[in-house]
Amino acid sequence: MHLKIQHTSTYRFEMPVRYVVQSHRLWASQFEGQSVLGWNVMVEDAVFGQYFTDSAGDRVRTMTLNGPLTELRVHVEGEVMTSDQNGVLAGHIERVPPLAYLRTTDPTKPDKALKELALATSGSDLDRAHALSNAVAEAIVYRPGTTDAHTTAAEALAQGEGVCQDHAHALISAARTIGMPARYVSGYLQASSDGVPHEAGHAWAELHVSTLGWVGFDPANKCCPDERYVRLGSGLDAIHAAPIRGITHGLSSGDLEVEVAVEAAQQ
Amino acid sequence: MYQGDAIRDTYKSLAEWSEKLGPEELNAKRAEAEALFRRIGITFAVYGEGGDPERLIPFDLIPRVFTSFEWSRLERGVKQRAEALNCFLRDVYHRAEIVRAGRIPAELVFQNAAFEPSVVGFRPAEGVFSHIVGIDLVRTSADEFFVLEDNCRTPSGVSYMLENREIMMRMFPDLFRKMRVAPVEDYPDQLRRTLASVAPEKCITDPTVVVLTPGGMNSAYYEHSFLADQMGVELVEGQDLFVEGDLVFMRTTRGPQRVDVIYRRIDDPFLDPLHFRPDSMLGIPGLMNVYLTGGVSICSAPGAGVADDKAVYTYVPDMIRFYLGEEPILKNVPTWRCGTPDDLKHVLANLGDLVVKEVHGSGGYGMLVGPASTKAEIETYAERIKANPSEFIAQPTLSLSTCPTFVEQGLAPRHVDLRPYCLVGKKVNLCPGGLTRVALREGSLVVNSSQGGGVKDTWVIAD
Repeated sequence: MHLKIQHTSTYRFEMPVRYVVQSHRLWASQFEGQSVLGWNVMVEDAVFGQYFTDSAGDRVRTMTLNGPLTELRVHVEGEVMTSDQNGVLAGHIERVPPLAYLRTTDPTKPDKALKELALATSGSDLDRAHALSNAVAEAIVYRPGTTDAHTTAAEALAQGEGVCQDHAHALISAARTIGMPARYVSGYLQASSDGVPHEAGHAWAELHVSTLGWVGFDPANKCCPDERYVRLGSGLDAIHAAPIRGITHGLSSGDLEVEVAVEAAQQ
Repeated sequence: MYQGDAIRDTYKSLAEWSEKLGPEELNAKRAEAEALFRRIGITFAVYGEGGDPERLIPFDLIPRVFTSFEWSRLERGVKQRAEALNCFLRDVYHRAEIVRAGRIPAELVFQNAAFEPSVVGFRPAEGVFSHIVGIDLVRTSADEFFVLEDNCRTPSGVSYMLENREIMMRMFPDLFRKMRVAPVEDYPDQLRRTLASVAPEKCITDPTVVVLTPGGMNSAYYEHSFLADQMGVELVEGQDLFVEGDLVFMRTTRGPQRVDVIYRRIDDPFLDPLHFRPDSMLGIPGLMNVYLTGGVSICSAPGAGVADDKAVYTYVPDMIRFYLGEEPILKNVPTWRCGTPDDLKHVLANLGDLVVKEVHGSGGYGMLVGPASTKAEIETYAERIKANPSEFIAQPTLSLSTCPTFVEQGLAPRHVDLRPYCLVGKKVNLCPGGLTRVALREGSLVVNSSQGGGVKDTWVIAD
């Protein structure tokens, strides 16, 4: 599928800031199910570092900007060709050993309920991965506005509702509990086929299955990523995998506006 | 000091000297030394205790002495270990041959909290991860040294080594004329040269080195400022540095100045809020990206801590054999890993005879010294171990070497350990001396300053 992405993040500062530094993980991944046709990240007046490929295979670069600034706009435009690989991340070049994805982080720390959910599964690695994803999808109903960026996996499971970030955290936490390496993936989803625009900035999880390597699972949509998904980067949790990491002291959530549009290119 | 009943030769002239001086004179000298330390301002903060937060670390006048013959063997042992630890770090962040060969369990390395995934595949300048290796040693007989632990991140205490020597030279100049003591004064210069030798490729001028401190509230702040001053480099806090594009700069009155090498005295999680803990105010946002693109060197390298973990420690002799093809010169203390069921059983059954430490702990906090503990203390500690076995290791108590030490009753033997400082850059260099810590309480084996330990000057003298 030929997809076109437009992604704009606009930061508005109440008091002018004199300096902004961000780490951008904003370049689409390259693997068998996805190739980049064109990609551009733009910020007016910014100084960019060089792109480098980090140990997880993501393209990363630094952006710095000297103020005074009252507004900062990060604009991403890209085109990719995708194909359905049943979620398998084949041909992706990375260096981190999967075992390093077994450590817990604050948002993915398992509690008793998450452990129970994980231990209720059985079978092969792949069977268990699917079962975990389904169990998380059932236990957490998709309901925007019920959680925030700091909600942990355990909290989301306890309240039984959340968004894709919560689904991914819960799945990651459960998988690690049973010794299956898991990580957070950020990206985009083309979800307007029904004519109604959906949240297009998306997140899911990848689980390391012994026979297949890394495989994506999206509990929020009860499926594995297919040709509608655009993968950006990964990390231990949402904080590590964030497409933009910056210092946002003094920024309330209302000061950041994100617009994402993913459309199938006209044939 | 003692060999059987006889005093080691090395101490003979010292013994004569102290006898001649007599207890009263020694007492007066001690008061003088304390006043000097107060004036210089060397104090250390003790966490988790009441009382004077800026306590003076007790200084003992009687130096600890090695002959250069004894030292040369120890030096080979320390350098061998420092080299193997750096080989290990290069390896686990590249092909991890030692794991593939089955010589160390994969989970111990890759699941270790100190293993830093982002530096896998990254080669720091000169391939060095740990630039200052502090190795804690105890002596159990004339030729036998045991390593208690390795410190590959930012070992502290070297300022005491330098200050102790300075005070001794000021107070007893005659003694230094009589005995040929190897100098330690050039350590700061060696440190600066070591740091400059690992400047990143992008650095094309004389490298700018800085010391990065978490600030005045840190217990080792005195040492940070002392070392920066002695090296003639800037002491900075995170807010003094900033990233622009691919480089790090220091704010100065003459405008931004590019920084090439950061000797950091803050831990990995606080280095860069865009990479590690987002709430850290101590680091420099964007630093890790600059590091990973070769714009700055960080000493010790992020991720170096995986080599000095107390559970990894037990594998260091294997590392020496694996990477260097040599037999370890310094021994490891036999260690039980409570994470393995058989070891755990042994440890719980013998707590009264063992020393138990937390795998990630340091500074003598949270440890159990079996022989010195009450039954109730042991029972409480056993519960902690059972709750989280893999967080603990246990070792036998060793019959540590003692050193004459000036205490209330006069001269008496007290247990000592030694931390020499090995510098690793383009070259490997071991300063002839180190920090001798002494357990001032009679019979005590714990030398940590936070637990009532003191320090001594350490001499290496010509044979």
